[in-house]
Amino acid sequence: MADADSERVDSLVDELLETHPPADTGNEKFWGAQYDLGLAWVWHPEGYGGLDLARKHQSTINRRLQEAGASTENRLDNIIGIGMGAGVLVTHGTESQKQRWLRPMFTTEEIWCQLFSEPGAGSDLAGLATRAVQDGDEWVVNGQKVWTTLAQVAKWGMLVARTDPTAVKHQGLTYFIIDMEGPGVEVRPLYQITGEAEFNEVFFEDARVPDSNRIDEVGAGWRVSLTTLMNERVAIGGTATPRGSGAIAGAVQAWEKSGLDDPVLRDELLRLWAEAEASRLTNLRAIEMASLGTPGPEGSTGKLDWANLNKEITSFTLDLLGLEGTLYPGGYQLKPPDYESLTPQRAFLRSRANSIEGGTSEIMMNIIGERVLGLPGEPRVDKDVPWTEVPRG
Amino acid sequence: MAETPVTYAESDELELIRSTARQFLTDRLSLEVVRELMMSEDGFERGLWKEIANLGWAGLIISEEHGGAGYGFTELSVVLEEMGRLVTPGPFFASSVLATTAIQEFATEEEKADLLPGMASGETIATLALFETPRGWDLADLDCVATRDGAGWSIDGMKRHVLDGHLADKIVVAAAMDGGVGLFVVDSDATGVTVDQSEVLDPTRRQAEVGLDSVRVEDAALLGGGAVDGRLATVLALGTVALAAEQVGGAQRCLEMSVEHARTRYQFGRAIGSYQAIKHRCAEMLLKVEHAKSAAYHAARTTGDDDELAVAAPLAGSMCSEAYLWAAGETIQIHGGIGFTWEHDAHLYLKRAKSSALLLGDPRYQRSLLGDALGL
Repeated sequence: MADADSERVDSLVDELLETHPPADTGNEKFWGAQYDLGLAWVWHPEGYGGLDLARKHQSTINRRLQEAGASTENRLDNIIGIGMGAGVLVTHGTESQKQRWLRPMFTTEEIWCQLFSEPGAGSDLAGLATRAVQDGDEWVVNGQKVWTTLAQVAKWGMLVARTDPTAVKHQGLTYFIIDMEGPGVEVRPLYQITGEAEFNEVFFEDARVPDSNRIDEVGAGWRVSLTTLMNERVAIGGTATPRGSGAIAGAVQAWEKSGLDDPVLRDELLRLWAEAEASRLTNLRAIEMASLGTPGPEGSTGKLDWANLNKEITSFTLDLLGLEGTLYPGGYQLKPPDYESLTPQRAFLRSRANSIEGGTSEIMMNIIGERVLGLPGEPRVDKDVPWTEVPRG
Repeated sequence: MAETPVTYAESDELELIRSTARQFLTDRLSLEVVRELMMSEDGFERGLWKEIANLGWAGLIISEEHGGAGYGFTELSVVLEEMGRLVTPGPFFASSVLATTAIQEFATEEEKADLLPGMASGETIATLALFETPRGWDLADLDCVATRDGAGWSIDGMKRHVLDGHLADKIVVAAAMDGGVGLFVVDSDATGVTVDQSEVLDPTRRQAEVGLDSVRVEDAALLGGGAVDGRLATVLALGTVALAAEQVGGAQRCLEMSVEHARTRYQFGRAIGSYQAIKHRCAEMLLKVEHAKSAAYHAARTTGDDDELAVAAPLAGSMCSEAYLWAAGETIQIHGGIGFTWEHDAHLYLKRAKSSALLLGDPRYQRSLLGDALGL
């Protein structure tokens, strides 16, 4: 069976490359043809850019396309849409929503962003306060979102808003796709401690969303959000990395450049190297166990220890730089990030977010403690209480 | 540096070895038995060793032609992991791991045929006498010397921290000789040999001081017929890999005890594991234990590749030593007062953890080996 699937994938890739030689085809046109052949995301159904096949075939496709000189940059350029939005639309969208949005998402003609976190709702996402009120066949949105990647270039935003404040917090949410270029939507860059703006704040003032842009039922917003976050986890996790790569490469480079042979610094360097390598091996083990269908606790620790390690290693790298670590080459310019010039100083500052973004380390430890180790949960004062009665601040 | 592809999944055979080991150890070497043994004179019983040999464990990694089971480090690690869970006492690590590895690495065919079958059958217990000074893990400048004496050798010196030396019939002694370091097989009852048991931090793993006063051995006692030198590092690396597996088992057991206590101990009207202060310690313990497993499993699966072993062994040694010691310490803290009592089992693990972290090189020493291997 698997062989027949592989052959089918192979011959479709052949067909794509024959009819659309990458060298003579514009990226958007190429990606459109790739979508039409079902090679965009093979695990999704036919007719929506997929072939209903096992996920593993996608890496074969991507590799073959890259070898043939085709670009797979769309997966990065539209990472929120392709990484998370597509799965949400396939799982929860109507037929016309899928036809309207999936193809231009894959071709990057329309960039997507995710409107979840708010200034008052980080770890407790389900407590969010952005309101959507029905007005005929439209919804009127008021509120604020934060930490929104790509909002400045996005056409569409995946929005979770509160539609019933009197319901218990998880039940009063509804999921919409909102036009980021429409009236009442304002995007402002959010400058972070590196001086750069990787993210945005998004303000809604009587912004209007047609009811036809609602995903799934009114009140089903939390369920759809979980699908989004699940896709996020698949998109982020599970990549095998080579030994010595990542933050530790920066520390090793700084050590070698310094010409030091101080035994205390050397021991610390090697301690961090060992931690990073054990973390990498744990990831390899997790990938293998997941692929065998027997995932164990090894798969639950990656985000947590990656965050801890990145912070430790990037801080130690500045120690190795000594007084040079007090400089900030390029200065603080309050501009979009320049991923080409990643200095150790910038890496040090940027790593502070690692234990906050995508689930704080405290929340990750709660999840490990409760779901992996089976420890009891914290007492919840917001349980079974209407959202309006939950203390906020 | 070559990186061998490995699989971490347990085959049916490994699972069988694991379940057999757990069954036997739970039945015959429960913690109650371990407590009796640790307060006894010898710390172990010859009869138990015979039972272990009958399971095929004494010769687990001895080749089949010499009466062993012919297994490798992956299988060995499974048994050691299970032993670590119950701080199993006895000469398994000294005889079936350290001495066996040294003999298989260096001995001639004749020597192997002479020594290994008895070790595999449980008739003979062997150990390795390497260290002399407290932090002399690199075995540089040994005071113990072997000098030519006619057709044989005469050995003089003092070996310390000889694991289960008081139980051993054969002691493999590292001694300085012309051209380097040689390994000499000495009968423990030979003239001039004194064996004094030491009082140890971890009473489930005994040590002895072995004195050698003009001990006369035949030429054939010199393993491989010459100096072993740098290759001794391979034996220590393999020992480190084996010890790491045992450390993983102990650390995993500490995690389980801690989680169980956190689930069932109530204070202020709630299970203490519902408090983040305790829950997060347990989560962190899981993280460290999983990292230790990864390092140990990787090392056990790459023992055939010397270049990779030079990285993987000290990686496992440092990670597993630190994870186990940390987990054992946290286990006492999570248990509170009861965790500090003699009656509670937590101290058995703390003692094993600290002692194991020092046996073949502490984490800093292991990291210096790692740095040498990586060229850092």
